[in-house]
Amino acid sequence: MILGFDLILLLFVVICAVAALSVKDLLSAVIILGAYSFFMCLLWAEMGAVDVAFTEASVSAGIGTVLFIAAVSKTQRGSKD
Amino acid sequence: MTRVTDDIIIRAVARILIPFIQLYALYVIMHGHHSPGGGFQGGVIMGASFILYLLTHGLEEAKTRMSEIRAGVFSSFGLLVYSGIGLLCLILGSNYLDYGKLSTVLKVIPAQARSLGILGVEIGVGIAVMAVMFSIFFDISTGGILPEDEEDLGARDG
Repeated sequence: MILGFDLILLLFVVICAVAALSVKDLLSAVIILGAYSFFMCLLWAEMGAVDVAFTEASVSAGIGTVLFIAAVSKTQRGSKD
Repeated sequence: MTRVTDDIIIRAVARILIPFIQLYALYVIMHGHHSPGGGFQGGVIMGASFILYLLTHGLEEAKTRMSEIRAGVFSSFGLLVYSGIGLLCLILGSNYLDYGKLSTVLKVIPAQARSLGILGVEIGVGIAVMAVMFSIFFDISTGGILPEDEEDLGARDG
């Protein structure tokens, strides 16, 4: 555990979360959410929870992104609000 | 999303990559009880390999490997493996999923029986999660309407 590294990763996580919420294009939001999941996975692994990091990487960054892209391709790509 | 692509690069890369993804998924499942990973993560990775096949080779070809019906059968079978091992422990006179008593059936010492029991449960969980992940993606990408259903609707209209 290195506190500085933790804080840098946490900063990336927060930036990705805010960007995923504020971007208009839904496909971009999904890709940023994938990056968010990957930084979250790095944070879990760095804090010693390797099993949780594994789950986060495979489920959220892997399958979750694909499922969101499939859902976006079935609906409108732009967000109204 | 599930159209057939005729790009040779995508098809070739998927064909080379899918066996390695599946091998890695099997490794994660088999080593789940003494290293990070396990039935759920391995099952998700295995499901991802089938989703990659569906994305690159289209619905028609993917149905020869893994169809909607087959995914349902696999998910039920995985649950059957999981609950079957648990009930076997219950029948042998211990608690649900208490693998120590399996030593009388497997003819090994209780510590080894616990290891084998949890491996069996992880295999069951892996099969179920693989089938359910494929099924969720299948339903989202097709919208629940299969091509033969559309043909049937068209024939009925015409």
